Amino acid sequence: MSRPTRRRVHHPGAIAIFIGPFAALFTLFYLLPVAYAVWQSTRTVERTGTFGPAEEVFGGLTQYREVIADEAFWASVGRVLLFGAVQVPVMLGVALLLALLLDSPVVKGARFFRLAFFAPYAVPGVIAAIMWGFLYSPNLSPFTGITREVDFLGSGLVLWSIANVVTWVYVGYNMLIIYSSLLSIPGEVYEAALLDGAGQWRIAWSVKIPLVLPAIILTGVFSIIGTLQLLAEPQVFRTFSTAVTSDYTPNLLVYTTAAVPNQPLAAAFSVVLALATFVLSFTFLKLTQRRAFS
Amino acid sequence: MSATPSSTAYRQSPVSRTVAMVVLGVFTLYFLTPIWWLFIAATKERGDLTTTNPLWFSDLNLVENLQGVFTYGDGILPRWLINSVLYAGVGSLVATVLAGMCGYALAKYAFPGRELIFNVVLGGVLVPATALALPLFLIFAQVGATNTFWSVFLPSIVSPFGVYLARIYAASSVPDELLEAARLDGAGEVRTFFSVSVRLMVPALVTVYLFQFVAIWNNFFLPLIMLRDERLFPVTLGLYNWNTVVNQVPELRLYVLTGSLVSIVPLIVVFLLLQRFWRSGLGTGSLK
Repeated sequence: MSRPTRRRVHHPGAIAIFIGPFAALFTLFYLLPVAYAVWQSTRTVERTGTFGPAEEVFGGLTQYREVIADEAFWASVGRVLLFGAVQVPVMLGVALLLALLLDSPVVKGARFFRLAFFAPYAVPGVIAAIMWGFLYSPNLSPFTGITREVDFLGSGLVLWSIANVVTWVYVGYNMLIIYSSLLSIPGEVYEAALLDGAGQWRIAWSVKIPLVLPAIILTGVFSIIGTLQLLAEPQVFRTFSTAVTSDYTPNLLVYTTAAVPNQPLAAAFSVVLALATFVLSFTFLKLTQRRAFS
Repeated sequence: MSATPSSTAYRQSPVSRTVAMVVLGVFTLYFLTPIWWLFIAATKERGDLTTTNPLWFSDLNLVENLQGVFTYGDGILPRWLINSVLYAGVGSLVATVLAGMCGYALAKYAFPGRELIFNVVLGGVLVPATALALPLFLIFAQVGATNTFWSVFLPSIVSPFGVYLARIYAASSVPDELLEAARLDGAGEVRTFFSVSVRLMVPALVTVYLFQFVAIWNNFFLPLIMLRDERLFPVTLGLYNWNTVVNQVPELRLYVLTGSLVSIVPLIVVFLLLQRFWRSGLGTGSLK
């Protein structure tokens, strides 16, 4: 917060030109939708008689009571939380491992590997899901030897098959964030450690990892946000697998509910989901006791 | 950014080198095999798709497949590609200019409410885009503007993360003395920004552009909700639509695969060309 000041603001015209357009659009397409969703979630549909015209009236927290009682919603939240609890650490662990390997003097051809690992990030989630859908299928896969034995698209495994798609796309991206922060560590830091007789593993563990922790936290926060919002990949997988239902993830449920159409309930789902995302990423930032955003 | 520790003086055991290279090799296979498979599949005749080695060429049919996929459905795929380029290419350009100006002003000018604006924008970074899609649809429906080009384009040109990046980068890379000197020369603030400051901010701006480009190119929920008219679809939504009817229209299978390949090639090219900006810019995002 800025202290109240009597000093004259210089160049108010220029400030308005610089900030005005973004502020206007941000208000229209961020703040207004958030406010609209909150307002919408307090509405409820009332009918006079069974076949009477539907009318939207103020319903207070009616929709939220429904959200709390909605088992499908909580099942989907539980599903993405389980997904995130496994997938995010695996993905970030692999990203960190690869970044450390690429940064270590042991490895030759780091440039090639960097590109190879980053390439899947160029594949949009929808396209990646279509590709992997084919790769998992028992008939079309190049690995039918495996896919005929293991049912990757059955209800038991499909969550982890989707996790693999997400991991495949995003490991390289997260690796690059961690890697670029490794590159910005000054060389003198290592020289001191080498003089103390530390080996590469020791340097990685005691010097590099602590220094890139802010980058890992940043990737962690974005991964948590992404996990709770899971939509495109499971939506695509519905073509390949009957195990992915229309309420498989919270966002799929929002989409299904909005299509009913039950806009107030869909809005209430969205609000609860956004709050949960915010609380979770905020808690994660606090727990790690560092500030990735400054 | 380029400071790497000198590596000549280290003695490394051959064992750890071998282990490291094996690990990297295995992951290379994991990341590249699906893309290789897609490429091979796109070169095959329909009949060969399931009957020949999926990871190696059979009769080369790539040109015919490309002709087929580009003309299928009255040439809808090229239209989708153009839409994607407009949504993502032009949209992220506008987004970068807006975010660059805003972040710059937040970094370089003192005025009441500055921190409040920045904090609200930072909160915007944490608001998931999918949570906005549904209320956006309802708002656009109020003014009868759903199922239009603008209903997908306009929400995409707002990048709170871009403002955040532009601000921290402008704060550290545009010296106040330079702005003072420009003022003494009589240059206006806006002109100074576009002629002097923008050049110093190029690495951050390219990063913002790339981030936003990928975000829009990958965005699925917003066009899924907003658009009914196939001719307005971005390529991801179009291919998704094809894929949902693949079981009823089996000849589409090959076109889905060929179309997927066509849709990722431009992105891979852009990434390769701009990769040095990626690295320097990503560092800016995570380390102040």
